[in-house]
Amino acid sequence: MENQHIEASHSTAQASVLKNLAEVRAMIRRHKANDYIFSIIGLIALMIGLVTLLILFVDLVSDGYPRFTMDFLSEFPSRRAAKAGLLSAWVGSVLVMTVTFLSAVPIGIAAGIYLEEYAPKNWLSDLIEINVSNLAGVPSIVYGLLALGLFVYILDFGQSILTAGLTLGLLILPIVIVSTREAIRGIPVAIREAAYAVGATKWQVVFHHVIHYSFGGILTGVIIGMARALGETAPLITIGALTFIAFLPPSPVTDVAPFISFEWLTSGFTVMPIQMFNWLSRPDHAFHINAAATGAIIIFVTLLMNGTAIWLRYKVRKNIKW
Amino acid sequence: MMTNAHKPQATAAILVDPPISARLAKNVRRHMFERLIEFILMLAGLVAVATTIAIVAILVYESLGFFEHVSLVDFLTDTQWTPLFEDAHYGIMPLISGTLTTSAIALLLAVPVGTIAAIYLSEFASHKTREIVKPILELLVGVPTVVFGYFALLFVTPLLQVIFPDLPGFNMLGPGLVMGIMIIPYISSVAEDAMRAVPMSMREGSYAMGATRFQTAIRVVTPAATSGIIAAYILAISRAVGETMVVALAAGQQPNLTFNPMDSAATITAYIVQVAMGDLPHGSIGYQSIFAAGLVLMLMTLFFNILGHITRKKFTERY
Repeated sequence: MENQHIEASHSTAQASVLKNLAEVRAMIRRHKANDYIFSIIGLIALMIGLVTLLILFVDLVSDGYPRFTMDFLSEFPSRRAAKAGLLSAWVGSVLVMTVTFLSAVPIGIAAGIYLEEYAPKNWLSDLIEINVSNLAGVPSIVYGLLALGLFVYILDFGQSILTAGLTLGLLILPIVIVSTREAIRGIPVAIREAAYAVGATKWQVVFHHVIHYSFGGILTGVIIGMARALGETAPLITIGALTFIAFLPPSPVTDVAPFISFEWLTSGFTVMPIQMFNWLSRPDHAFHINAAATGAIIIFVTLLMNGTAIWLRYKVRKNIKW
Repeated sequence: MMTNAHKPQATAAILVDPPISARLAKNVRRHMFERLIEFILMLAGLVAVATTIAIVAILVYESLGFFEHVSLVDFLTDTQWTPLFEDAHYGIMPLISGTLTTSAIALLLAVPVGTIAAIYLSEFASHKTREIVKPILELLVGVPTVVFGYFALLFVTPLLQVIFPDLPGFNMLGPGLVMGIMIIPYISSVAEDAMRAVPMSMREGSYAMGATRFQTAIRVVTPAATSGIIAAYILAISRAVGETMVVALAAGQQPNLTFNPMDSAATITAYIVQVAMGDLPHGSIGYQSIFAAGLVLMLMTLFFNILGHITRKKFTERY
């Protein structure tokens, strides 16, 4: 009888194991299905960003294509949408970007080198470091307010190309500093030690070796910063960029000695994003076509710049074989 | 070290001709030059500090002028913001409600999508997918905001009007959603970095217990990366609050005290743009009001940054 009992309990145990096994298998199947479902949701989440970018580009090009003519680049803005062009805007963009480049790049690289190579561990270095990371998070329009108060009125630069260029220069300074530091950090100590060993001074080490090897990385940051500056609108509106400019700033090159003139720095200006904003805020739909064409040009140039920077970074990373 | 290495030659040089002072002078010159370079580089670093000080100084200085005319109580409690009207009211609440509503819409879209994208990129995607998708997401960050404004005004809002026929041409929903798409890459890239920093051994431990990829991602990796993920959210909030062109173009520029996404409204940033487009005399109350608005904007972003810092500290786990 006892034997029978044991046998019976044995078989129920076996049955429950089998039942459990079926449950476990079902659970595994369920969890595998969860994995599968999530990977699809994940792909969709990724696609939202990518598809939007694509739609955005197609939308701009399809709306703006009637204005893709050479006239559009060689005409001044006009009251008649079909005759209006981008001449003063793209020339303004080029001039403003020149000032931005000349101000942000030297200062940004110098500050990056200081923080990475020279800065002693003290409160001053900490202060600079905290400020750089904080500035990266300041909304761009606040830079516009700074420029309005400081450059336009206190320093009396007026609503000029100089003011605009310096404003955007301050705006992209953190980008240049951070990318310079990252590029420098990637260089092994052995390179520096080798230079010191043959008697180089600190500056010689930095100038001949560190900057030289981190050039690709720094360039990446500079290009990304310049692309950001090219598309930036809000701070320039705040300093009072004009939107209807039917003249070009004085030429930087003149035909009388000394052949170079800096008069353009104090000239009024408009830039492409502001021209686009202006056309876009008009109720007349004909101007929206101009805005779309301008947007397509801006987005094409900035995507090209950002694409170059990303490609460059990829190449730099691949080429390094320390 | 250097002088030691050159010692034999130096002694020889002294025997021939004693230009030791010339040699020392050269060393001194070299030293001076080095110090000068270091000083110049430090000045460049200090530009960052000077910028911060200048921002705070300008905002506070002009705001003080503003608060000479407007009491702080009115500023915080009045429900109308009409500084440029005959009957001027200076209540910041309508601008704050507009800013918070558009930011909330943006975050409601960007937080789930960005987080899922980050989990997918970090835990599910193959190396190859990641190498292709990440740069494209970075491109999305590079798109100028005025272009997104165009998109919100002339593409997304008309599309939404098909679904909600009552939706006015200027509303907070369209620009909010576009802003959300704009900040997805910020969340996904920072959150992904945080997840990738979780040590592989933790995942292996989880797999060894029989967990699936999804279970590992949700119950092991995500909790371990909480501090970084929250940092990503905070960064996104700062971006949304400070975003200007999308809302200035597509949300309308009427300050309304409303949290209804279907209404048109003005944000702090849109108000600054609106005033700057006109020609306000320097020193007028309208001119000063944009600095007061800017100060509020700065304080809001500062608040979120500090909040982010505190949460990060609280959640940080060390492995």
